[in-house]
Amino acid sequence: MPGRIASLFRNLLRKRTVEQALHDELQSSVQLLTEEKMKEGLSLLEARRQALMELGGVEQVKEEVRAVRAGRLLEEFAKDVRYALRTLARSPGFTAVAVVTLALGIGANTALFSLVNGVLLNPLPYAEPDRLLALYSRTPNYDRSSISYPNFQDWVRQNRSFSALAAYRPNDFNLTGRGEPERVPAEMVSANFFPLLHVQPVLGRTLLPDEDQIGARPVVLIGERLWKRKFGSSKDALGQSLTLDDVAYTIVGVIPADFHYTGINFRQSDVYTPIGQWNDPTFRDRRASMGTFAVGRLKPGVAFEQAKADMDVLGRHLAGQYPEADKDTGIALVPLKQAVVGDIRPSLLVLMAAVGFVLLIACVNVANLSLARSTRRTHEFAIRTALGANRGRVVRQLLTESFMLALAGGGLGFLVASWGTRAALNVLPEALPRAEEVQLDGRVLLFTLAAAVLAGILFGLAPALKTSRADLHETLKEGGRGLSGARHRAQSVFVVVEVALALVLLAGAGLMVRSLAKLWRSDPGFEPHNVLTFYMSVPSTIDSPQVVRAGWRQLHDSLNAVPGVQVASLNAGAVPMANESDLPFWIEGRPRPSTQAEMKLTLFYLVQPDYLNVMRTPLKGGRFFSPHDDEHSPMVVVIDESFARLHFGGQNPIGKHVNFGILNVTAEIVGVVGHMKQFGLDEGPTPGLAAQCYLPIAQLPDRFIPLVARRVGVVARTAGSPLARLGSIRHALGQVNPELVMYEPKAMDGIVADSLAARRFSMVLLGTFAALALVMSCVGIYGVIAYLVGQRTHEIGIRLALGAERWNVLRMVLGEGAKLALLGVAIGVVAAFGLTRLMTKMLFGVSAHDPLSFAVVAGLLILVALAACYIPARRAAKVDPVVALRNE
Amino acid sequence: MGEKRTDLLRGTLDLLILKALSLEPLHGVGISRRIAQVTQGAFQVSFGSLFPSLHRMEEKGWVEAEWRASENNRRAKYYRLISSGRAQLKVEERDWDQLVKIMSAAMGSA
Repeated sequence: MPGRIASLFRNLLRKRTVEQALHDELQSSVQLLTEEKMKEGLSLLEARRQALMELGGVEQVKEEVRAVRAGRLLEEFAKDVRYALRTLARSPGFTAVAVVTLALGIGANTALFSLVNGVLLNPLPYAEPDRLLALYSRTPNYDRSSISYPNFQDWVRQNRSFSALAAYRPNDFNLTGRGEPERVPAEMVSANFFPLLHVQPVLGRTLLPDEDQIGARPVVLIGERLWKRKFGSSKDALGQSLTLDDVAYTIVGVIPADFHYTGINFRQSDVYTPIGQWNDPTFRDRRASMGTFAVGRLKPGVAFEQAKADMDVLGRHLAGQYPEADKDTGIALVPLKQAVVGDIRPSLLVLMAAVGFVLLIACVNVANLSLARSTRRTHEFAIRTALGANRGRVVRQLLTESFMLALAGGGLGFLVASWGTRAALNVLPEALPRAEEVQLDGRVLLFTLAAAVLAGILFGLAPALKTSRADLHETLKEGGRGLSGARHRAQSVFVVVEVALALVLLAGAGLMVRSLAKLWRSDPGFEPHNVLTFYMSVPSTIDSPQVVRAGWRQLHDSLNAVPGVQVASLNAGAVPMANESDLPFWIEGRPRPSTQAEMKLTLFYLVQPDYLNVMRTPLKGGRFFSPHDDEHSPMVVVIDESFARLHFGGQNPIGKHVNFGILNVTAEIVGVVGHMKQFGLDEGPTPGLAAQCYLPIAQLPDRFIPLVARRVGVVARTAGSPLARLGSIRHALGQVNPELVMYEPKAMDGIVADSLAARRFSMVLLGTFAALALVMSCVGIYGVIAYLVGQRTHEIGIRLALGAERWNVLRMVLGEGAKLALLGVAIGVVAAFGLTRLMTKMLFGVSAHDPLSFAVVAGLLILVALAACYIPARRAAKVDPVVALRNE
Repeated sequence: MGEKRTDLLRGTLDLLILKALSLEPLHGVGISRRIAQVTQGAFQVSFGSLFPSLHRMEEKGWVEAEWRASENNRRAKYYRLISSGRAQLKVEERDWDQLVKIMSAAMGSA
């Protein structure tokens, strides 16, 4: 309606004129009515009185007319905002506490939501990410196992569902000839790996299919960082050669620095080489998988289920064709996003729920504060109502105040969140996949706004309704002190709710702390303290196996001679909590399995005789290796207790022989050692792969020597801090071979700690939220008790005047607080009992209903609540009866 | 502050005002008196309801207002029905007739 719109502008812009016209009209009406009445014979005064009565009050009619005017809502809103700002500025203490409380609540929520948003909600940062799938081999031992390259090639040839499939595996190199020799992280990738993810090179091109084959010209893609570091980001880098493990590769392209891909065994690297060029016999063995994984892009129009069915058929076909390698082996498809973030999802959702509680507590707290404050304002509202404001109007005005607070809290909360998100990611980045994608984007901003608005309604509505319901006459009579009963009840309910919510959070945090304490105390099966691990690489691939073995012995001797190194051992294969390597085997004297699937698997550790002295894993029977177990003596193997239990039951395994099919060797079992927790401190009693065995690295068959020589590990027990010994170790190794590269030094303690990263992440966050909740609920209970004491000063004065002891008063007030705290704790315990079940998966070694955790947090909460009550209680006990009574 | 009767027949107040203005321009008090007169005193429209209605109609463009001298030479704000207001009156009269017919039929049959 154009008329309405014109009126809207007139009403808003020419308010004074419009108001004046209304005033004139009503005055003239009064005049007309008065004259009418005078004609009936009334005196001027009486006529005017009756005229005004008939009109029903000039101001009231004005208010009715204003209420129907266009733009009324807008105008009132603006007025409310101005009024709210004035009111809030008048009580800076209340405003500050409310805004800070809300900022913490909203900030914590926003921070966590930005994690949830970045990790769970946002699509993966590739084109059409929904069509990307992660592919795995599905074996009887593992649901998601690595893929043998010959199988992968058959998948590529025979599938009908994917427009592209790409394989990758990590394969670091020694980079020489460009400054100091260094170890560069590298991945072997299929030619279509980058095109599949729609990654555009910064310079040059990606790999060509022709280059992804045995015998093709060695080419390499380099990462933008290496390009900058070694070539100063010069375009001339294209076509230049890069010497990696003594082979010259030609640079054909540069991969952008912001590229990242989160998949098993993939790290953002300095170097990418074509995987198809690798002609290692084991890599080409269908029975071996060498840590290869794959990613695929579905053809347009092919649904996930179709692809699954297609690949199932393909998998069965391969199993029939190559039973020895592929019997009972299938192909597992997982949407890429699920593959990347699937594990973290439940924890993040639990944390999101927890942080929601924090916001609830913040809201309850602010509601309570404004309720206490509105008590002092009942008079104001009564007067406003008497002057013609209706109830909705008063509610709206109070809500406006709430929204102003909520928006201020939200704004400050956004700052808190931007800081908090960074802090959370800095503390434990390794706990979170896609951490680099987390940022405060538009959706997070929207979330903050929604949280603020919701919070505003939540904490604003209760006091607003309560206040507006106040009985006009009563309030005006009581002079603003009235209604304490009802309001007092509401405040108490709020405090109880707050305490209950805080207890739930504390219980959750308590359970996490207990879990971690148990984990820290649990025995990993070795002694990680003061153990250093690192890798080294010598360009020895061209050396004969004899030379390599001699080199290893020499390195061992030099390492053990370094001052500060107590004992050291070279190792390869699996590394506890860091690297998994397994081998299929069968026991000699039992029927030989005809297929790989029927063979059992064991983790294998290739070590030197001193390994046990470094790790201090206990020897349970037989012997460990001696220097005489070398390439000239019969092969020996030491197994762990799990291996013995699983495969020999009660029998004595010593003297039995194990056949490792792929290695093509048979070894005699000479000893049994304790089990190491390979999969992290939180490894359960029955991990997917429990059997472990040790082989002397010197007895590794010749054919496998080059594979291991590329990356051989060291574990060293040091006197004092392990990382402090690095310098002298580097020096000693340099003496043996100046071309040797040392890399990835880590303290074993740190590796063990990292195995708990995700749990620590949850614990730190949950602990922070619980602490926030504790503080907020204390402020809440303090506020209410302080308010009650204030309300009852008169009564307390009378009591004291009548002879009550001060400690009676103290006890009375503390009792009031204790009643609320106990009720809250009781409700909280019941609620927590139901809710902590949801976090069972995050716990270790404690029941979700662990009585100790519950008791401790309940006690803590009661104690802190009483402490919060003590301040007002003491104030009450100090009331001077004379002053208190005179005040009335 | 509206009385029960006008609350009950919220729509009818507009109709009565439009009807009252259909004969000649009137000021607020005049409209009140005219409605009382034509309904034989059955409707005592309160000014708290009348003025908001008038102002809403003015914003909607059904009536126009101008200040002029009253019968006893007082300045008063007169409301005059204009074409869209007349159209609205027709619509409301038709609706009203229909409502009355339906209600009478309903009451008669019960």
